[in-house]
Amino acid sequence: MYRSLFPRDLFAELDRLQRDMSGAFDYSPAIRGLGRGGYPALNVGSTSTGVEVFAFAPGIDPATLDIQLDRGVLTIAGERGAAAPAASDEKATLHINERFAGRFRRVVSMPDDIDPASVTAEFRDGVVRVAAQRKAAAQPRRIEVQ
Amino acid sequence: MNTLTRTQDNNPATRPEAALLPPVDVIEDSTGITLYADLPGVPRDKLALRIEGDQLTIEGEIALAVTPGMESTHAEVTLPRYRRAFTLSKELDAGKVSAELAQGVLRVRIPKADHAQPRRIEVRVA
Repeated sequence: MYRSLFPRDLFAELDRLQRDMSGAFDYSPAIRGLGRGGYPALNVGSTSTGVEVFAFAPGIDPATLDIQLDRGVLTIAGERGAAAPAASDEKATLHINERFAGRFRRVVSMPDDIDPASVTAEFRDGVVRVAAQRKAAAQPRRIEVQ
Repeated sequence: MNTLTRTQDNNPATRPEAALLPPVDVIEDSTGITLYADLPGVPRDKLALRIEGDQLTIEGEIALAVTPGMESTHAEVTLPRYRRAFTLSKELDAGKVSAELAQGVLRVRIPKADHAQPRRIEVRVA
């Protein structure tokens, strides 16, 4: 069993706890993993007519965002720069550094019945909203009684 | 018995609602402190930045354009608000705090008070 070299590192301990717990409950996650705690955080919701994916990606330039839908797999990739300290001030000190910086890539499996041509994406307040409609054949229909 | 815990607000009616802890970067240079906080989904009118005494509180509500009737199938952002508080030190000038919100990132600049600005003391040859 893996043990952290630095037992006082709370986050390493929590990671270990999570692994121990998933082992204890014989939990079998999806092949692409749980993917929690990554950047950007994802919320996925669905209705009978469509699917919406919210990617919480603050501080990125929407033009550099790469969103692709390939055979039912939605990929959101991009890069976020670090909050650079003022380069002119060599006395600048980074006291807290929790925000994500670097390249990111997250993948979501979309339902089979979505129409790839209907996918739209918009960026507002640091959240990417990807909306996809279900195919017309998969939409619920009310059948008239003759 | 324990007066320390007694001073905390344990009344469920007035206790603040559960909130997410936004990640921050804090950078100090010779003239002040810059704080960056990730608050994705918070529009400008739902963001509250308060200074009470020496405490700086950041609070924001997430407002997403969710289609009515949407059922959540996977959620990593599980609460609709963020909150985080910091204690400012004495040499910071709480009256001159400036803040801007862009693309879900809040940038707060807290300058140091004039008396705390670094000064170079000239040494004169006697």
